[in-house]
Amino acid sequence: MTQSLILALAVSGTGLAFGIILAIAAKIFAVEQDERIDQVIEALPGANCGGCGYSGCAALAEAIVKGEASVNSCPVGGVEVANKIAQIMGVKSEDVIRKRSICRCAGVKDAAFDKYEYTGLQDCVAASRLSGGQKVCQWGCLGLGTCVRACMFGAIQIVDGVAVVDKDKCTACGLCVKACPKSLFALIPYDAEECVLCKNQNKGAEMRNICTAGCIACKICEKACDYDAIHVVDNIAKIDYSKCVKCGECVKKCPKKIIRLI
Amino acid sequence: MLSFRGGVHPHDHKEITKDKKITELSPPDTLYIPMQMHIGAPCVPKVEVGERVLMGQIIGDSDAYVSVPVHASVSGTVKEIKKILLPNGSMSDAVVIENDFKDEPFDEHGKNKDYTKFSRQEIIKMVREAGVVGMGGAGFPTHVKLSPPEGKVIDTVIVNGAECEPYLTSDYRVMLENPEEVIYGLKVLLYAFGIKNGYIGIEDNKKEAIKKMQEKTKNEEGIRVVALKTKYPQGSEKQLIWSITKREVPRGGLPADVGVICVNIDTCCAIAKKFLYNRPLIRRIVTVSGSGIKEPQNFSVRIGTPFSYVIEAAGGMAGDVKKVIMGGPMMGIAQYDLNVPVVKGTSAILLFTEKELKQPNTDVCFRCGRCSYVCPINLMPYYIADAYRIGDIERCEKLGALDCIECGCCSFTCPGNAKPLSRVREAKRTILENRRQKA
Repeated sequence: MTQSLILALAVSGTGLAFGIILAIAAKIFAVEQDERIDQVIEALPGANCGGCGYSGCAALAEAIVKGEASVNSCPVGGVEVANKIAQIMGVKSEDVIRKRSICRCAGVKDAAFDKYEYTGLQDCVAASRLSGGQKVCQWGCLGLGTCVRACMFGAIQIVDGVAVVDKDKCTACGLCVKACPKSLFALIPYDAEECVLCKNQNKGAEMRNICTAGCIACKICEKACDYDAIHVVDNIAKIDYSKCVKCGECVKKCPKKIIRLI
Repeated sequence: MLSFRGGVHPHDHKEITKDKKITELSPPDTLYIPMQMHIGAPCVPKVEVGERVLMGQIIGDSDAYVSVPVHASVSGTVKEIKKILLPNGSMSDAVVIENDFKDEPFDEHGKNKDYTKFSRQEIIKMVREAGVVGMGGAGFPTHVKLSPPEGKVIDTVIVNGAECEPYLTSDYRVMLENPEEVIYGLKVLLYAFGIKNGYIGIEDNKKEAIKKMQEKTKNEEGIRVVALKTKYPQGSEKQLIWSITKREVPRGGLPADVGVICVNIDTCCAIAKKFLYNRPLIRRIVTVSGSGIKEPQNFSVRIGTPFSYVIEAAGGMAGDVKKVIMGGPMMGIAQYDLNVPVVKGTSAILLFTEKELKQPNTDVCFRCGRCSYVCPINLMPYYIADAYRIGDIERCEKLGALDCIECGCCSFTCPGNAKPLSRVREAKRTILENRRQKA
């Protein structure tokens, strides 16, 4: 009986002693961490997608608190998260324009011509290293799904050989932009509707042997636009979203139907 | 039998063109001579449109060290200078020459016959002038190979007559028909380095070639003909050096690091031709073979001849050709446009029908480890492939992806058709790209 009592006392005594030592050590060697970091981590979506350019939400939180990144750096969270973080940081939130990603290619299987049959690795990067991929068009979507695997939010699908982004699932993290060897993805304002689905810079006449769904640089859209919002640069139509009023004229007039509402 | 660890034994199919004599293919009306047929800086055209050029005249050159000049392979008029597609899939400037069928030579015939009159530096300079590159396929400028970094002592020269790729018989035919040129080329190299230790390595499925070369080298001091085990990739530089000298080229190193220079049979001939007849590299031996060709042949083709012309000369396509490969079936490059010209590295044009191309449409690795077993440089291809699959490029590098020689043994042997080589190769290129971006 006494023996077990002594044992119990000895064990709890050692525990207490170590506890005190640890408590003192924690005070002396304490790493000072800004408590705002935890709060910001809490406010961030926590997807760790890396879309902001940092290795994860924690890294971004640290950068925001240190002042290296602005409060609206999270492309996924949008306005809401930016406001929350601004509150934590005690600054006024800057405007965040919600964005989304689009794949600028409409060269589906029947439209774009192939120069060879590709049987290798099902990966766009691998295919693009074989003289630019199986398509004659050197800009076109190869449809092997490198972006699908890169997307953390399941927003991209290959439909008929071309990547299509789901508007609502897309968080504009930008991972597809980085993954695509053809740089086909672009971040556009979320509420924009008109999109030019082509990146081919060949002249109109050359397009005949490349793709039936490609911009031929006819400039009809340019003439149709009353707001100076669409221009053909380097044989490809480009929309200036700051001027676009979504009238839809260019979509109606495009002879190749590659300016679409999506 | 001299050999190395690993490797595979594909059916060699050499019987198709083995007994076909090398025939000179008369050049076509128009030749497309690319400005880049070598590794290194591309050449700049030195001729203008409308100018008359002579056979063997330099039409493109570069000031860069790692580069060799390009010569006109026929006499004629420069029609245009334009960008064309090369067999390796890249685009390059090319001088288009309209042949006048006179074959008027640019240089005096046979003026440098006696190589012993020249110093080593002069010989290396002449090799560069002749536009000689490694003709096994890679196209590395030979004069760079012959100028090892200071402090490296070369004591052995190996002529690579292994020709381990299936279907290829160009080197074999050269050894049978022009053994003197091969030996002469080797003697030039031995003289240049002031050494007396030359090997000619030949796989033992080419018995006649071994016999012939042994006969011809009987009275040559310091030149030995050695038989190698028939195994792919016996003709890979590092494996060949190991097989013959038992020296291991260090990681990321060159053969010069172990005192060896290794040249291809056809390269050796090109060097010999410069000294014997004062002819630069304007022809090469091309094997046209496979089930998709009517009359398989060994041709001596002028550089710049379109593939389609060569195929036509060999009787045209037979059956439903599904794939055309430049080089051997293991490491060659598939072609999608037959207007590409024959370049210095075109050792063969192979045409295949559906029958040969049957491949299970799977992509499964069940970790049997066969790829590691056959890898001639002792890598673990499935490990690297796995790391690449999950995007861990750093791990790929740690596992030695950069040491891969891309011989394709792993993909050849994979029972699950998981194409480990494709992933290793992608990993390799990604690592190199990342490095370039950082620099």
